[in-house]
Amino acid sequence: MEKTNLKERILEISGVNPRKCMKCGKCSGTCPNYDEMEYHPHQFVSMVEKGDIEPLMKTESLWTCLSCFACVERCPRSVEPAKLIEAVRLAVIRQQGANHLKPQDIPDKLDEDLPQQAIVSAFRKYTK
Amino acid sequence: MTYSYYPGCTLKTKAKDLDRYARASAAALGIELEELPDWQCCGGVYPMAKDEIATKLSSVRALLSAKEQGRDLVTMCSACHNVLKQVNHDMATDENIVTKVANYMKLDEPYRGETKVIHFLELLRDGVGFDELKKHVVKPLKGVKIAPYYGCLLLRPGKVMAFDDPENPAIMENFIKALGAEPVAYAMRNECCGGYATMENRVIAEKRATAVMDNAAANGAQMMITACPLCLYNLTKNAQGGVPVKYFTEVLAEALGVKEEA
Ligand code: SF4
Ligand code: SF4
Ligand code: SF4
Ligand code: SF4
Repeated sequence: MEKTNLKERILEISGVNPRKCMKCGKCSGTCPNYDEMEYHPHQFVSMVEKGDIEPLMKTESLWTCLSCFACVERCPRSVEPAKLIEAVRLAVIRQQGANHLKPQDIPDKLDEDLPQQAIVSAFRKYTK
Repeated sequence: MTYSYYPGCTLKTKAKDLDRYARASAAALGIELEELPDWQCCGGVYPMAKDEIATKLSSVRALLSAKEQGRDLVTMCSACHNVLKQVNHDMATDENIVTKVANYMKLDEPYRGETKVIHFLELLRDGVGFDELKKHVVKPLKGVKIAPYYGCLLLRPGKVMAFDDPENPAIMENFIKALGAEPVAYAMRNECCGGYATMENRVIAEKRATAVMDNAAANGAQMMITACPLCLYNLTKNAQGGVPVKYFTEVLAEALGVKEEA
């Protein structure tokens, strides 16, 4: 997709307005998974705003974000960075053949105590 | 008082205890939880995107079914609660989703979020009342230091969940006190345990869960309680630390003296 189109699409499906961001960094400061993410929530906000979306579509951070809503709750400007991360994730997995989780990978990840919730959530987050 | 009840898929399988002890406790308190006649799994995570419709339908069907019964809808699992409540909020505020859902389901009258979704803990606080709950306690959990683990899904986003103050909640602490036990104060009670990462990257889940448990243990916790099957799994299987983790309904049933018969 063309750069501006992709940006428009991400903004539309996320419902986020990155221009509200005042670059305080609180979202990334509070992110429990900061150390494991290549791009942090504040970077998703600023890079989407610049239309710099290709690197975000390739980053592992899409899969390591915990969807914990901490960045949503604690942003003083109600920017809701997690919604942008979800929108970029969807832009990736909605493409044909781009599912991140393949059914054949599941058996290896199961153990007898793993709750169904973990499996259905993983499918919802990682596949379309 | 009779409530519609949405148990969720995990409570029918790996988290049977969460359900079993809740039903026994509700009965002891004179609350009727009537399982919805026909429900589907909510999917476990709230679909945040504005253009997602299909993934919200199972929640809408449950909400609508409670509306038809004219009852509040009670949830038990933190994740179900989060998904149903957030979808319900969409149905009350997003006209685009309301219309699309109404068209898809061929509803004569659109569903607009009329159903009230309440977590069982809220029912205990607001319906029963913790003072009243205390009167029903026959085996007070005297001297037991219990760390309330909220995690993320009960509290956030605070504006939508309206469960308690998302940064300084008190409901689980007051619940623990009503049972005669002692709540442990610790900073990470509302920080994520990393449960969703367990299938993607177990190392992340281990790190986050261990940090939460360490913090509870350092403040004297003898036990942790949760409403989320994934928190329980993650804290039990992935955290290093060995503090026992139980469902809040199990300690409730114990204090009410109905654990054995549950
Ligand atoms: S939702 Fe994702 S990005 Fe936001 S704080 Fe949680 S883990 Fe970090
Ligand atoms: S917390 Fe909000 S305002 Fe601050 S950097 Fe993050 S998105 Fe921007
Ligand atoms: S949150 Fe959990 S247990 Fe609840 S129905 Fe949804 S996936 Fe199943
Ligand atoms: S499993 Fe972990 S990620 Fe999920 S609610 Fe519980 S705390 Fe948050």
